[in-house]
Amino acid sequence: MKTYLPLLVVLVLASAYGFWWKRKQGAIRSNKAIPGHRLSADVLGEALGTRATMVQFSSAFCTPCRATHSLLSQMVIPMNDVKHVQIDAESHLELVRQLDIRSTPTTIFINKDGIEVGRAAGTPKREQVLAALAAIN
Amino acid sequence: MSEILEKPEVQKIYIDARGPRFSASITTIVLATALVTHNIWVLVAQGLVFLIGATFGPQFTPYGLFFKNVVKPRLKKEAPTEDVRPPKFAQSVGLIFALVGIFGAVVDRSLIFAAATSIALAAAFLNAAFNYCLGCEMYLLLVRTTTRRK
Repeated sequence: MKTYLPLLVVLVLASAYGFWWKRKQGAIRSNKAIPGHRLSADVLGEALGTRATMVQFSSAFCTPCRATHSLLSQMVIPMNDVKHVQIDAESHLELVRQLDIRSTPTTIFINKDGIEVGRAAGTPKREQVLAALAAIN
Repeated sequence: MSEILEKPEVQKIYIDARGPRFSASITTIVLATALVTHNIWVLVAQGLVFLIGATFGPQFTPYGLFFKNVVKPRLKKEAPTEDVRPPKFAQSVGLIFALVGIFGAVVDRSLIFAAATSIALAAAFLNAAFNYCLGCEMYLLLVRTTTRRK
């Protein structure tokens, strides 16, 4: 019994999902913050940036985590008021649950008080990161 | 703050990043064939490939070896590298669905066979066509749901 219908259905659904996934990769969204949640220096294990901090959640089974890490850590070199902190999601599951992080890399942009102002799942583009940082004061 | 990521025993082995994506294209074709023909042996063969990939790494599967020995020498660009763990994780996920599919065929439930093959096919297709990273999307959710809240 040969039928191409299931194959067609799978390919159409997977393509639709793939385009949607690709589109949202790296986009910085400001409507995902958990109300009232605040990231502190205690939780992060180091002091926050004086203006902003990019908190990147990574995991071992994630190829774009490395690219995101190198992009963000390069970008903060000339910025004296912005920091980049990488957190291993797997060993901080409580925090991952509190912040409802579902995939890696997820980068949370927080202001000087530790309040989330935006987050990006996937590797964001340099211009997007600059725009998001410029909006934090 | 990244304890697991920096552990010496998970020190990274880097492979050519184009290899797993090439393998995903072949996997897509093989799984599509399995789905269309409903032939259990095609899925068994792909299951064995997943088993090798999940156990030793995707660079040791027949597809990986074909890439290394036949495709790679013809590519001129410099090789982008990636950590071997993400594609290895994807191979393990593929193996689980292949096993479910084979089980479905053995107990004569063609719906189980078709559903499991379809899921594995969708993942392989997403990887090949969109560079989809299964480990990124699934691993954390898996850990979150399989471990208890304190």
